[in-house]
Amino acid sequence: MIDEELVQLLTPEGLRNVNPDYESTLGRDEIVGLYRDMVIIRRLCNESTSLQRQGQLALWAPVQGQEAAQIGAGRALAPKDFSFPSYREHGVAWCRGVPPEDMLRVFRAVTTGGWDPQKYRHSVPTVVLGNQTLHAVGYAMGVQRDGAEEAVLTFFGDGASSQGDVLESFVWAASFNAPVVFFCQNNQWGISTPSSVQSRIPLSHRAHGFGFPGIRVDGNDVLAVYEVTRRALENARVGGGPTLIEAYTYRIGAHTTSDDPTRYRIDAEVEVWKHRDPLERVKSLLVREYKVNKATFEKVAAEAESLALKLRDDVLAMGRPDPITMFDHAYAAPHPLVDEGRREMVELGISGGSH
Amino acid sequence: MASTTMTMAKALNEGLRRAMEKNPKVLLMGEDIGRLGGVFRITDGLQKDFGEDRVIDAPLAESAIVGTAVGLAIRGYRTVCEIQFDGFVYPAFDQIVSQVAKLHKRSEGVYTMGLVIRIPFQGGIGAIEHHSESPESYFAQTAGLRVVSCATPNDAYWMIQQSVEHDDPIIFCEPKSRYWEKGEVDLEGAPRGLFEAEVRREGRDVTVIGYGSSVKTMLRAADTAELEGTSLEVIDARSVAPLDLDTMARSVQKTGRLVVVQEAPHTASIGSEIVAELTERCFYSLRAPGLRVSGYHVPYPPSRIEDDFRPSVDRILDAVDRTMGYDS
Ligand SMILES: Cc1ncc(C[n+]2csc(CCOP(=O)(O)OP(=O)(O)O)c2C)c(N)n1
Ligand SMILES: [Mg+2]
Repeated sequence: MIDEELVQLLTPEGLRNVNPDYESTLGRDEIVGLYRDMVIIRRLCNESTSLQRQGQLALWAPVQGQEAAQIGAGRALAPKDFSFPSYREHGVAWCRGVPPEDMLRVFRAVTTGGWDPQKYRHSVPTVVLGNQTLHAVGYAMGVQRDGAEEAVLTFFGDGASSQGDVLESFVWAASFNAPVVFFCQNNQWGISTPSSVQSRIPLSHRAHGFGFPGIRVDGNDVLAVYEVTRRALENARVGGGPTLIEAYTYRIGAHTTSDDPTRYRIDAEVEVWKHRDPLERVKSLLVREYKVNKATFEKVAAEAESLALKLRDDVLAMGRPDPITMFDHAYAAPHPLVDEGRREMVELGISGGSH
Repeated sequence: MASTTMTMAKALNEGLRRAMEKNPKVLLMGEDIGRLGGVFRITDGLQKDFGEDRVIDAPLAESAIVGTAVGLAIRGYRTVCEIQFDGFVYPAFDQIVSQVAKLHKRSEGVYTMGLVIRIPFQGGIGAIEHHSESPESYFAQTAGLRVVSCATPNDAYWMIQQSVEHDDPIIFCEPKSRYWEKGEVDLEGAPRGLFEAEVRREGRDVTVIGYGSSVKTMLRAADTAELEGTSLEVIDARSVAPLDLDTMARSVQKTGRLVVVQEAPHTASIGSEIVAELTERCFYSLRAPGLRVSGYHVPYPPSRIEDDFRPSVDRILDAVDRTMGYDS
């Protein structure tokens, strides 16, 4: 890739790239760890796509092509940090320790949440584009007021970058010097809309207009994403304020399982990006530089396989919720309309009773 | 009579096409509506035929879609905005209620806010959160807006054209679960007025009123009730704001009983408005209080259990039984 600004530590061929500003701090085992994360998340994603095809999920939003962006960012987080995802951040959820079956509850349409956001320090999915970026800034303002050394990381796409909420969150973050890092995965498509409709300039440049740094990183290079995000989070923790990271990547799959990308983009483009596969480049580095052997790769693949099988079993075991659960957590305190609805549902024989 | 069978999706597509052919100032704007033809393919092929200047693939921001449609209206264009799903209209809420609804008034009649905001609404397609909501009463409460909903392909075809031609802003609610159902479309007939209700089935005992996806559910309830010896008169409100209360009152004066059906929760809803208005107009004809069958007062549930949230045939029949149970 001939992009002067793009931070890249590993070429698509898996060769080290010297960058004057960033240097990889990771050793063999850590890189194997990142590779393992990416293999697992890709395998779980493929399993989810087949579960959807078999009618077991209402929808699935594939992550293929964006594994390095998500794993690099997710692993850069410290345990105390907090993250605010959109809806496609399965890789980040994995890094935060969210059990894979919990990620799929929303897509099996049995809940609107899925996991305990405080336990994993990873908020619930946000589908309304851009809403979560303001939540992240608000949380970061709380961190600031608590005098804590924590950072907040929030995710959004190239499409969402046009929403007022996202741009307002930039203003807010700058105004309060909030300890927040904005992580934009520019996968070049928002459903059928190319990113050129959202911005004429690299999205990272927008940050300059708001008065904080914007960095463009090769989103298919897990080493670069990790270092760039780690540095931005560290900077935020010690009062350095916000950073915008644009991870330049590509959505290899459909927008979701409901989408048919052949209607709006050419196969050749997809093929080009398949050659920039984020997993392959780490693998070749591991083979060449660290002499990682076949057995190690086979072990990773086998682990991914068994996790996928477990995920399948767990999803199939998720039954239809008792409809009366729709009344749970609508309010924190008792509410007469909720009580009335529960009563009606029992009287109509739709549900056996309370929860 | 040139009549043909098509889906509601196709009828909307044909209606939009005709509106664009008739008036070169008609534009379409929305997310993914051009090359993709919209996520529901309502605008399929229109960008190819009318060009990118008239069928505009918008950057991703609903407030801007509606806000720029206001500016286009001031400049003399009529924009049909597509909101991708009901749950994504809220970023545009401010533009809709503060500007679209009020600029005719604020400009003392100089600006005409002839624009249409199309919203695929209601549930029933097994979607994830924010894709199944019924926001119509937020808009019905706002003076300056009109809110309509089509329930059949024929209405879809005509009502979208009437809405485009209308000089007031129209919130056009499309029952997405009915997009793929077919029906007869009369391509030449003189259409019913945009703000008129329609009696879809005549009956004697109970008037049942609803709109959008509920119309078909009400008709199915009427079939079942018939077998049990109760005759339901089914009215499709078509216009949610303003309501065609004359047509509705005529029916209630005949039947003396009223059930309204909607997917939205009943607090401050269209159904509540219909019951209140008809109670006032038909007080001496009513033999039982008007009842509402609605969604529950909770956020729209995960779709695995949405059928127990949306008004079902059973819940409608239960309300019918209750209203029949009143002696008078
Ligand atoms: C406010 C809002 N408008 C519209 C949508 C419908 N929608 C869902 S995803 C999407 C495209 C998002 O693109 P991008 O931000 O690039 O994220 P990506 O899907 O590529 O991860 C759209 C238009 C939505 N979810 N929220
Ligand atoms: Mg995108």
